[in-house]
Formats: sequence, structure tokens, C-alpha cells
Amino acid sequence: MKYVNEKDINEEIKWAQINTDILQSLQNPRKAYWIAIAVCLAMLSCAVVAEVYQYQTGLGVADLNRPHMWGLYIATFIFWIGMSHSGTLLSAILHIIHADWRKPIYRFAEAMTTFSLMTAGFFPMIHLGRMWNLYWVIPYVSDRGIWPNFRSPLVWDAFAITTYLTSSALFLFIGMIPDLAICRDNVTGWRRKLYTVLSLGWQGTDRQWRHFRKTYMLMACFLIPLAVSVHSIVSSDFAMSIMPGWHVTSFPPYFVAGALYSGCAAIITLFILLRYFFRLEEYMTVALMEKTCKLTFAIAMVWTYLNLVEFGATWYGHDPVAKEVLISKFVGPFAPYFWAMMFFGSVLPFALAFEKLRRHMATMMVVSILLNVGMWLERWMIVGPTLSHAYAPEAWNFMWPSIVQWAIVFGSFGWFGLLFLIFVKVFPCVSMYEVKEMVFHRRREAHAEVAEKFHRRAADVQQATGRPSAEGA
Amino acid sequence: MSLDNILTNWSRYRKGAEEGGFHEYEHQWGMVVDLNKCIGCNACSVACYAENNLPVVGEKRCGKNQAMNWLRIERYWDEPDLAPYEAIPTANVDAWIEGNPPAKKTELKPSMPSSYLPGLLEQDGQSFEQRVGFDGTKSEFQDFGASFLPMMCQQCHAATCEPVCPVAATYHTPDGLNAQVYNRCIGSRYCSNNCPYRLRYFNFWSYYEDAWPEPLHMQLNPDLSVRDKGVMEKCTFCIQRIRVAKDKAKMEDRKVIDGEFSTACVQTCPTGALVFGDMQNPESQVSKLWSYHQVERGKTKQNKENKELRGYRILEGLNTDPSVLYLERVREV
Ligand code: SF4
Repeated sequence: MKYVNEKDINEEIKWAQINTDILQSLQNPRKAYWIAIAVCLAMLSCAVVAEVYQYQTGLGVADLNRPHMWGLYIATFIFWIGMSHSGTLLSAILHIIHADWRKPIYRFAEAMTTFSLMTAGFFPMIHLGRMWNLYWVIPYVSDRGIWPNFRSPLVWDAFAITTYLTSSALFLFIGMIPDLAICRDNVTGWRRKLYTVLSLGWQGTDRQWRHFRKTYMLMACFLIPLAVSVHSIVSSDFAMSIMPGWHVTSFPPYFVAGALYSGCAAIITLFILLRYFFRLEEYMTVALMEKTCKLTFAIAMVWTYLNLVEFGATWYGHDPVAKEVLISKFVGPFAPYFWAMMFFGSVLPFALAFEKLRRHMATMMVVSILLNVGMWLERWMIVGPTLSHAYAPEAWNFMWPSIVQWAIVFGSFGWFGLLFLIFVKVFPCVSMYEVKEMVFHRRREAHAEVAEKFHRRAADVQQATGRPSAEGA
Repeated sequence: MSLDNILTNWSRYRKGAEEGGFHEYEHQWGMVVDLNKCIGCNACSVACYAENNLPVVGEKRCGKNQAMNWLRIERYWDEPDLAPYEAIPTANVDAWIEGNPPAKKTELKPSMPSSYLPGLLEQDGQSFEQRVGFDGTKSEFQDFGASFLPMMCQQCHAATCEPVCPVAATYHTPDGLNAQVYNRCIGSRYCSNNCPYRLRYFNFWSYYEDAWPEPLHMQLNPDLSVRDKGVMEKCTFCIQRIRVAKDKAKMEDRKVIDGEFSTACVQTCPTGALVFGDMQNPESQVSKLWSYHQVERGKTKQNKENKELRGYRILEGLNTDPSVLYLERVREV
């Protein structure tokens, strides 16, 4: 109860102060930041070594086998695609519904969207047998007149992901233009040149602002259906197939919910890290953290519900083969991972319901990482059991990923981390102009509140004494 | 699949997606597998290896399920109730004949005592019984009642593997075959995931590097390529033989005669369990067998007048419309 009146942001903060505070994040991070960079580089090099080896030798080194043709690569691909969705949720959906608490924290979430898409894009390439022929999925004009197969969900994937990547990168960039101009005016050296180019001659004139607002709003409106459709299309890779456990109509909403869920969990992790790396406690406040946690909790419950729907539908659908897949998840070789997923995905989020835990950064760090582990397991539980247990009983098999698969999956986190860390050092990770807006609105609200109290008191006095009070005059 | 092609043939293209493949076939190659005759000898599988340049991947990779056996014999153990006559305890024979099978399951015995082949069956200082965990009542291998199911690509007409390939490397030929263009395949492996029969094989390694050590490379079939890593492959009904036969018939200005040629597995089968031919030719053995067993294409459920007929197609209910007809194994019990 004692936190109820705590503010999302300190509304007394001066605008010049905001500029200084955020700009310092481009200058002097903590030592932990450099350690994080080193760790990411090390992880990435694991993946590069593994991938070069696999490229040379063939996919056999991944220990994939006949019924088990898709392994961790595709599971992790869905994971990264999913991760990207919350950036759009925070920046576009909350922008449209005027939830202004998003303002200090949406920039990094959007960067997360772009970079996790860039990470995700690697996985379909890595998992291809002949990845040097990847471009055949693109409908380019050639004298042979051979086009990709538009009936294949994999082709839809390629289109959806490139569209989403382009639009979210554009959205990130457009939303940053006023901030880039601030940076341009405050730095020297190569950074100045960079920002001059990127800020596209932003002067902050009335006309520029009007155009900017319109463009930004349009982009937001464009991105929302796109985000929903992208993960629905990724779910089509499975739902369009004939395999038991994949051929499920509820897959698109289930995937979208899972995507938002893992994205929100990732936002919490990055929130805590950034707050620590760049000393941004003033902007990334505990109150905002709480709101993000509540959002995550709500989405977690939606995800749990859709999961139960899926199990129920399979169970009562009485398709023996689909049921077999479900049973193999419950008690078969996949049971430990399945129950770990259920625990991390559906039980653990109840930790977010407790105010004490929500406000404790270290706890939330651990919880959010575990939530993501659960979501990653979910993706694996989608890909794995169906491949192991399908129609042909003689082909039932299990696959334990080899070290090569693990190294590439592990390294992808390094690659994502590296991109993200470089981004937050080069670009302002908190939107300065929107925070100013927020402070402005909040201050006006606060003033209005004071004024209202004042008027109410004046009215009371008038009623009591029968004449206008001296104060109210 | 150029844009031009899609626009001009849109309705056919759409229909193809729903009903599988083209509809004006030149031939419709089909097969019949009589399980009554199949003795599980694996000769067909070996013939397939030789004909189609299939790499022998070695024990380790085979153990990992990375083998390339386009035609494999699946073994199923029958229920003990389907035991041969001798295995039924004599006391119960009358009850059995009257339709009351014995309440107690027949006791299982190893049919071949290890004394027959002492040297072969004894390994690592363990007897055969010890190795298979035989304790006198239970054996990993039943001594009777194995059924064999030769599984090769079913050449489905509504093939589930076809629509999901991102680069259209697998497509339906005017011969009613499900063809795989090795050069076009980029190795997304979606087709394999979507084949309910699990009959698509992926080159996880450059198998050719060690599959034919000299002088075995001399045995390679020159009519056919050797596939490299990253390519999906599968049974083609020996398309190279089909081509030769069709070309020859064309040169002689006649139709392909039934029995003029057949696939490697059919040619090799010692019991004649496999029959191959053109189902569009009403005189061919294959189409006679299909019509005799009252199995029709394009159906998910056959409406047979005579329930005794043995023909069936595997997983017919999925509407993949396979081209391979199996004749049930009938047992006297
Ligand atoms: S059996 Fe499998 S590989 Fe062969 S055509 Fe049917 S779906 Fe395709």
C-alpha cells in the first residue's frame, strides 16, 4: 500500500537534466558493460567456430536424424522471432492507446525487436542443408523462370520476416530522429558526423514535428497487424503441416501470446541491466518496472489459457496419433522438459503477482531469465515431440542435440547481446523527447490536481460561509 | 513455376493443390505389394542400394538413424494370439477351434537354440539368451509372428511433401510420380517433416566420400547422380529406368508395354511380392490387381463390396492418395 502514490517518473526533473543524463549513457558505462561485451564476444565466437565446422562437414554434425529433421535451430528461430514482438507491443500498441508510461522504456525494447529479428534470421540459414543456395527462396527474375513455391509456409516466412525487420528498423529509426538531433548538437568527433547524417536535418520546427507525428503514428498502425501476422505465419510452418501435434488451428494466437510473453520477460531482463549499466535509475523507475511486470503477468495467463485449450482440444479430439504426441510430452522422454516449461511458463509468473518480488531487481532478473528459459523450452516442445512421435511407429526416435547445435544456439545470445550493447552505447536508449513530454504532462496533471483541490476547498468555504472566500476570488 | 505459368494455369494450379498433382497423366506408375508373399529377405532393399547409388553410411551413422535406405523393410511382431497352430497347447485346441481361444497367452520359446550356431550367437563371452535378456519366458525377439512391411515412397498424388517445399524442388510429374529435383533442393527438410510415412532421406554428410572405397566406385550406376550433403532424396520408382523405357517406346512409336521393364526392387524380389506397372493401362497387372481388390484412387475410405479382399493403402485416411497398394497378410490360426 505504501507504494501506491509513487510516481512513474520524477516530474520535477529539468529538461536540460534529461539531456545530460541520457547523453552520459553514450559516454561512460560501468565496467560491467565492458565485461558484458567481452562475454558476448566469447559466446559469439563459439557459434562461429561451430557454424564453420558444420558448413564444411554437413548437417550430420548437428546429430539430426531421419524423423528428427528440425532441431534446436528451428526452436531457437521461433524463440528469437517471438522475442521481437514485445518491442512492437510496447512501442506501437501502447503508443496508439496513449499509455504514456511506455515512454522511458520503449526505445530499448524496439532495439531488442530489431536485433532479435536479425538473430532469428540466421537460424533458417544455418539449418539449411545447402545454405549457399538460400537466395532461391527469393522470387528474383531469372532466365530459367523458376520461382519459389508460394504454397510453402517457409516462403511466407521469408517475406514476413524481411518485411517485419525492415519496418521495425525504420520505426526505430524514425522514432529516434529528434533524439539524434539532440545528440548531434551535443557531441563532437565522429559521432557528430554520424548523428548529422542520421538526424536528417532535424530542426524541431513546427512543421517537422507535425510530419513526424503523422509518420510515426502511421508506422505504428502499420506495425501492429504486421507483428500479429508475422508470428501467425511462423506458426503456419507447423499448423499448415499434416503432422499430429502441429496441425492445430489455435497455433497462431498461441504463438502470438507466447511471443509477447517471452518478449516481455526479455524486456524485464534488459530493463534491469540497462538501469544498472548506465545508472538510469531516475528514468527506469521501479514504478515502470511494476507496470511491465503486470503486463507480463497478464500475458502469461493468456499463454497458459491457450496452452490448456490446446491440450484439451487434442485430448477430446480423440485423434490417437495426436494424443500419442501429447502423452509423450506428459510422460514420455520429453516429460522433464515439458514439465519444466509448464512450471517456468505458468507457475513461475505468479511471482510477478507479489509486490515485494516485483520491486526487487535481483529477484526479477532471475525470474525473467527463467521465464525466458521456459519460453525457449516451449518452442522446443513444439518442434521436438511431433517429430519424434508421428504416424510411422517404426520411425519413432529421439534426438539429443550435439555440441554443435548447442554452441550455435548459445552463440546466438552472444550475437544478440553484442548488437544490443553496441546500440545502447551509440544511440540514446531512453527517448529524451518523449520523456520530456511525459514529464510535461505529468507536471501539468500534478498542477491540475493541486488546482482542483484548491478550487474544491474554495467551494467548500463558500458553501460554509455563504460568500466567496478570499482565496477563491 | 513461373509467374506466367501460374497465371495461365491458375485453375489447374489450384486444383493441383487440392486434389494432388496434374490430372492429365501420361502414365500413372503404381505398385502392389503382396504381404502374404513378403518373407522379409531385404533383397529389394539391397537392389535399391545398387541401382540408385545409395551410400552405405556405416554402423555409427546408421545407429544415429542417418541411413539412406530408400526402401526399407519394417518388421512388426504379431500379437501372440496369432501364433501358428503348433504353438497352441494341445489341451486347448478344441476350445480354440470352437472359437474360445485359450485364456492363458501361449508361452514363448526361442525357436532356435543357441547350440545351432554357437560361434555366431555367442559374443563378448555372452550367450545369445544372455544378450537378448532371455530368461526362459520372455525374449526380445518373438519366435514366430513377424510381419514385414516394405516401405518405399508411396508416390502420393496429393503428396504432403510437395506443397511445403519452399523452392518447389519436389513436384508432381506428368507420370504421376512425386519427383525430387536434387539440384534444386536447398535442404530445408520441411518435406521430410511433413511426410507421414517418413520416407524422405537427407544427406547429412558427404556420404559419397567414404561410401564406395575403391574399387567399389566401379559399381556406381552411371544413369544416376551421386548426391552430396544437404540434399533431400527418396525413392523415385527408378525413374531412370522409366525414362529409358519411355524413350525406347517413343522411338519405336508405340506405347510402353506392361512388364517391359520394372524397378530394381520388383526385379529382385525372389517371391514376386512386388508388382510394378502403369495404372492407366487397364491390361497391366497392377491395374488388374487394383481393380480386383476394389481399391480406388482419390478416396480416403474404400467402399468394398467384398470385405474379404485384402487390398489397402497405408494411412489412407490422411488423403495423401498413395500409389502403392498393399495386400494384407492373412494368417491361419
Ligand atoms: S510417401 Fe512421403 S515422400 Fe513419398 S510422395 Fe508421399 S508424402 Fe511425399
